[in-house]
Amino acid sequence: MAEYLIKNGHVFDPVQGIKGDKVDVAVKDGKIVKNVSSGAKIIDASGKTVMAGAVEIHAHIAGPKVNEGRNYRPEDKLFTYTPKKKGSRMAGGFSIPTTFKTGYEYAKMGYTTCMEAAMPPLFARHVHEEIKDTPIIDEGAYPVFGNNWFVMEYLKNNEIDNAAAYVAWLLNSTKGYAVKVVNPGGTEAWGWGLNCLTVNDPVPYFDITPAEIMTGLMKTNEYLGLPHSMHVHQNSLGNPGNYTVTLDSLKLAEGIKANNKFGRETVLHSTHLQFHSYGGENWGNFESKSKEVMDYVNRQKNITIDTGCVTLDETTTMTADGPFEHHLTELNHLKWANVDVELETAAGIVPYVYSPDIKVCEIQWAIGLEIALLAKDPMRCFITTDHPNAGPFIRYPRIFKWLMSADARKERIESFKHSAKMVDATLLAGMDREISLYELAQMTRAGPAKSLGLGSVYGGLAPGMDADVAIYAINPEKDQKPEELEKAFSSAAYVMKTGTPVVIDGQVVSNGNKRTIWVDAKVNENPQVMRDIKEKFLKYYSVTQGNYDVTNHFLSGNPRVLEVDATK
Amino acid sequence: MNTNMTKTVTDVTCPFCGVLCDDLEVEVSDDGKTVVEVYNACAVGSAKFLHTAAKDRVTRPRMQQEDGTYKEVTYDQAVEYTAQMLAKAKKPLMYGWSNTNCEAQSVGHEIAEKAGAIVDNTATVCHGPSLIAIQDVGIPSCTLGEIKNRADVVIFWGCNPAHAHPRHMSRYSIFPRGFFTGKGHKGRKMIVVDPRQTDTMKLADVGLQIEQGRDYELLSAFRVAIRGQDLPDTVAGIPKEKIYEAVEIMKNGRFGVIFFGMGVTQSLSKNHNIDIAIMVTKDMNDYTKFAIIAMRGHYNVTGSGQVMGWQFGYPFATDLSRGFARYNPGETTSNDLLRRREVDAIMVVASDPGSHFPISSVREIAKIPSVAVVPDINPTSEISKLHVPVAINAIEAGGNCYRMDNVPIDARKVVDPPEGMLSDLEFLTRVNKRLGELMGAA
Repeated sequence: MAEYLIKNGHVFDPVQGIKGDKVDVAVKDGKIVKNVSSGAKIIDASGKTVMAGAVEIHAHIAGPKVNEGRNYRPEDKLFTYTPKKKGSRMAGGFSIPTTFKTGYEYAKMGYTTCMEAAMPPLFARHVHEEIKDTPIIDEGAYPVFGNNWFVMEYLKNNEIDNAAAYVAWLLNSTKGYAVKVVNPGGTEAWGWGLNCLTVNDPVPYFDITPAEIMTGLMKTNEYLGLPHSMHVHQNSLGNPGNYTVTLDSLKLAEGIKANNKFGRETVLHSTHLQFHSYGGENWGNFESKSKEVMDYVNRQKNITIDTGCVTLDETTTMTADGPFEHHLTELNHLKWANVDVELETAAGIVPYVYSPDIKVCEIQWAIGLEIALLAKDPMRCFITTDHPNAGPFIRYPRIFKWLMSADARKERIESFKHSAKMVDATLLAGMDREISLYELAQMTRAGPAKSLGLGSVYGGLAPGMDADVAIYAINPEKDQKPEELEKAFSSAAYVMKTGTPVVIDGQVVSNGNKRTIWVDAKVNENPQVMRDIKEKFLKYYSVTQGNYDVTNHFLSGNPRVLEVDATK
Repeated sequence: MNTNMTKTVTDVTCPFCGVLCDDLEVEVSDDGKTVVEVYNACAVGSAKFLHTAAKDRVTRPRMQQEDGTYKEVTYDQAVEYTAQMLAKAKKPLMYGWSNTNCEAQSVGHEIAEKAGAIVDNTATVCHGPSLIAIQDVGIPSCTLGEIKNRADVVIFWGCNPAHAHPRHMSRYSIFPRGFFTGKGHKGRKMIVVDPRQTDTMKLADVGLQIEQGRDYELLSAFRVAIRGQDLPDTVAGIPKEKIYEAVEIMKNGRFGVIFFGMGVTQSLSKNHNIDIAIMVTKDMNDYTKFAIIAMRGHYNVTGSGQVMGWQFGYPFATDLSRGFARYNPGETTSNDLLRRREVDAIMVVASDPGSHFPISSVREIAKIPSVAVVPDINPTSEISKLHVPVAINAIEAGGNCYRMDNVPIDARKVVDPPEGMLSDLEFLTRVNKRLGELMGAA
């Protein structure tokens, strides 16, 4: 493989603590190295910003609900298509782009690793087929566990070792990456058209509470020592006044200690916190409670969060929170798709328009930004749009602009239809913090990589790490207009994936050498769990156990397997 | 020594209908070449497996001659003819895909992108109207295992699983005892709506023999009855008492489901029937839990819609001829294209439009350059300029398939195909390579 030397760029690398100094970055055989030979290809980054490739910790980009979104929204493709070019496929879609477009668009913004946030285990093969067809970016997927019958039965009896054996088996069968929890218990209740709206609502029949499910899964996660922490979408998403449920959920992490060999220090990742930081009792007196939630997050060091920033676009919401999507379609009367998945989970989809002319949407927009601006430790707060739920991922540059410029925020607030009401219900107008490039690198690179247990390979530019590098036409020595920042982040000057140039001047030049990332966890033999699995397949699943496993044939050519040994 | 040793392959997937049974056990000869016996399958599925041993199978490509007879050619010649045909055509149609695996469909799409073709699958004459209705109003649905474990009200509307999806009722919908349905069929209420007294209707608790083509009216009456409003004395030939009775059963259920078939998708009103059936389902979710599932026909027509979805964003009728993907059913659907004489070549893969399309379309297929990539002689192969026989998928070649509820199942290979015979994935991969050379040279 070729050698490269990226010279004279302003480097922002939280892993090495480099804050905009002119440091050369050397690349050899797909890795960052200390030195390269004189034959290395020189890449001139003078007057530009150099960062590691960005890491997406939470997006819905592959799998059954994403694809149902594509297929049931032909309108999402209007005016979006780019034709086939030499070396790249035709690509289209806005809030739910085709797999090809997903890979190209992430790469153009300098993102090189992405996590699919919710994989229904029974549909794991579908998720992996799409991942395999998404070029350039490394990808993993989180199987959902929060409404799984096995998990609920084991945790009700506090059988952490059995839960761990099951989780290990399922990660292996589905080639999954982490323990994802969506509306714990509530989605199972949705099987009967019901929901769990607090952490203490018992799940019908299974008679376990969401709090018990989350606590049990955190313990299971640390028993196994998985790379990522439990990743949770709490109960009561999207409802006015839900911040108390959020705080109740976050408090469950108190006293639980991280146990893993991957450098992760946290035990709970709370995702798209914007949707969970609402005050008020109804949409009339709806208000921000970002301060109450972030005060707690800032104090409680074993939690990470991501923002779920609203982008003010027409988008397609999709989540394993089945009852929420039913609630949403009753609110906006747009087309509703739902799938309940036997023994495991459910999912729903509803299009949504975040309009700058609707007060609630304006407040939601403010809350997402407030969360990032209130974060004291950027290594524990990551920027997302919960793509496509709060907006499409291609809007990240716009979010960065709003976070980096108080003027840009002010301009946006002033042009809202209900700006006075919005200002009353939120804190944003009074906030003057501007996120620096270094903090941005923490929130989009080193932070998420560390939370995922991938901090030794992704998110930094230290020797030995993967050579995933993004160069932006941003000169930190000069004042740059907010619009120029957005443009520079939308269209990276240069992106390298594992040592291969994939984007030059905003154009995709290679499909890279994409990898599927998954976790292979080993536990002691557990005959009881194996017998339970066999029995459930014989009696209750609609496929045979022999046809459940996702074989390697479905993974991209060169998978990255993280091995975990929890045999004791 | 016993010379008749056999071995049994388990967890075999059946490549017949959208039920996609994956519990078959197939006994094969010791050399792995011949299917000896098939267990757990229905009569249709079983016959498909046993057919692989038929002595009269065509195993090499055949080119139509001037006098209408066929002459054997090599696969190399077949690849060349197909690639040349696609390279020369201005607007070729690539139709079918429902009887092959997702891997082959994916390569087919690469070919279509290079050739600027229209890719359409058999939904175009089957559940296409369902896909359009879903685009209009969404779809509340679930997997078949949910039906097995929870459903106590099951409605079959315009479909006849007793014949068309033979193991549907025993595996998923009526007879099995699931987690919350320990009484099996005794705990389920079954409602069947059909113009005929079908064998499925004979099993029903409530059979509604509807006047043909008046499904929209009856579904509309259901919505009225669900709201507790007044109905005329009869709707679509059904007395109002029967409608209220059916709706009462639906409302009293804990978990209900509507299965619907071609009786509603391809009769008068088409997608509008499905549209309102989905709205009935949505209405019912205000009272209890309700889902709706299309009884997809071919075993992997669903998979074709999935692969097309993630690669181009549309589930069928995708026109790539302008260099980007367009979708406009009525314009980009196969029969409309053929009848308007808009396509100048056709490649059929894994289906049989010769049997299923109207004669006006079939005549057009016979006129234009045509290739049929299908395992056996069928009405399509007999009007095509080139017939490329291929291995039978899910028996002689493995690959991924999607069940009618979108659950993916990786079908396994059970026996070898006849010697020297390619799978459609292998044939398409060679065409793709050759087409790339031709288009690169152009």
